[in-house]
Amino acid sequence: MAKFDTNSNVYTIIYATVIVVIVALLLAVVSSALKPKQQANIQLDTRKQILSSLNLDLKGQNVDAMYEQMIRIDTLGFTTDKAGNEVPQIVYVATLKDGATKYIVPMHGAGLWGAIWGYIALNEDKSTIFGTYFNHASETPGLGGEITTKEFQHRFIDKHVVAEGALKMIEIVKGDATDEQVAAISGATITSKGVEAMINTTLDSYKDFFVNAQTENKVEDEVAQSSEVAEEVEEVESSENK
Amino acid sequence: MALSQKTKEVLLGPLNANNPILVQILGICSALAVTVQLKPALVMGIAVTIIVAMSNVVISLIRNTIPMRIRIIIQLVVVAALVTIVNEILKAFAYDVSVQLSVYTGLIITNCILMGRLEAFAMSNNAWDSLLDGLGNGLGYAIILVIVAFIRELLGSGSLLGFQVIPQWCYDHGYVNNGMMMMPAMALILVGCIIWVHRSVNKEDKK
Repeated sequence: MAKFDTNSNVYTIIYATVIVVIVALLLAVVSSALKPKQQANIQLDTRKQILSSLNLDLKGQNVDAMYEQMIRIDTLGFTTDKAGNEVPQIVYVATLKDGATKYIVPMHGAGLWGAIWGYIALNEDKSTIFGTYFNHASETPGLGGEITTKEFQHRFIDKHVVAEGALKMIEIVKGDATDEQVAAISGATITSKGVEAMINTTLDSYKDFFVNAQTENKVEDEVAQSSEVAEEVEEVESSENK
Repeated sequence: MALSQKTKEVLLGPLNANNPILVQILGICSALAVTVQLKPALVMGIAVTIIVAMSNVVISLIRNTIPMRIRIIIQLVVVAALVTIVNEILKAFAYDVSVQLSVYTGLIITNCILMGRLEAFAMSNNAWDSLLDGLGNGLGYAIILVIVAFIRELLGSGSLLGFQVIPQWCYDHGYVNNGMMMMPAMALILVGCIIWVHRSVNKEDKK
């Protein structure tokens, strides 16, 4: 191989071009070769997050099997996202081992340094929180990062999001919290407020799903009651006829 | 395999006498940022060690072909490409680790230790010595990171690796976590103290 003058202009330009092409090729090949595995990992991770909001212990479990068994996705309609695209608004319907139904809503929000997201699981009455899951991209470990701990996520259990037929805001407060409020993470006020805003904004966008449920429940109850009464009347009549 | 005198110097030097943080004063920024807790410090230390070693080898192998005028850019391209490829591989085979590491990707690429060693060593030494130099510097960096993170997490949150170490009765008697330990400024002060101790112990280092 002839000895090139490595400091000549021509060599420098050709070298730079060759390096760029090689690196670009390498990155493209690695990325596309690994994509299927990565997608599978991301899907598994998302499923773990959704199941976490149901307060399930996932250690050593076959997450995929659990997910397929328990979760069904319902599309409630379509909304437009920030980019103007039409996206489906979904809710995950979970059926637990004891037969109970829970509704899981996906949430996205902003923390102090970056994105935060999570899943909130509500009871069948669509007004009480059953469990939560939060995660973040770049909050401070030990401060905002604490939203990923079970301790923080459990603070939301049994709080109400619907009161008197209307959506009620979740309040995250500094210091002591009353029964209906949630205590913020000390030293992580902005992240805690971000979580609060995320929950309330998401629930607001699902307003129809929750608030109509209340009136539906009322109507269902009334129908059930009146059909019970009708059955009783029939029984009495039939026993009278005998 | 017996290590020659030169090899020993190259590998073990950065662990003490030529420590990248204490003596070369490189990699300080990440030493402040990731040492709030012990676990991220460990992850970062291991990641940097691997990346420095690998990029040292790559640059050392192509060192005779790199035009002088664009050598810094080429070094940067190699490091960035390596970090990205390692990240992609982790995402496919060890997803949890890659999620943790993705936060530090930027910090690793811009870590002065990498550019420092590539320029000062890999450009003028063979591949084997460059590998050892990379490992040595990475480990020297990791050791200091672990020491600083140990102190900061213990005194700043009363825990180590996430496990509560300081028992509750200390808190009940009035002990309070040192909030200043959570701040980067404290990490700088700690590094300064370690340098002070290091210089007193290694008196022949007086330059």
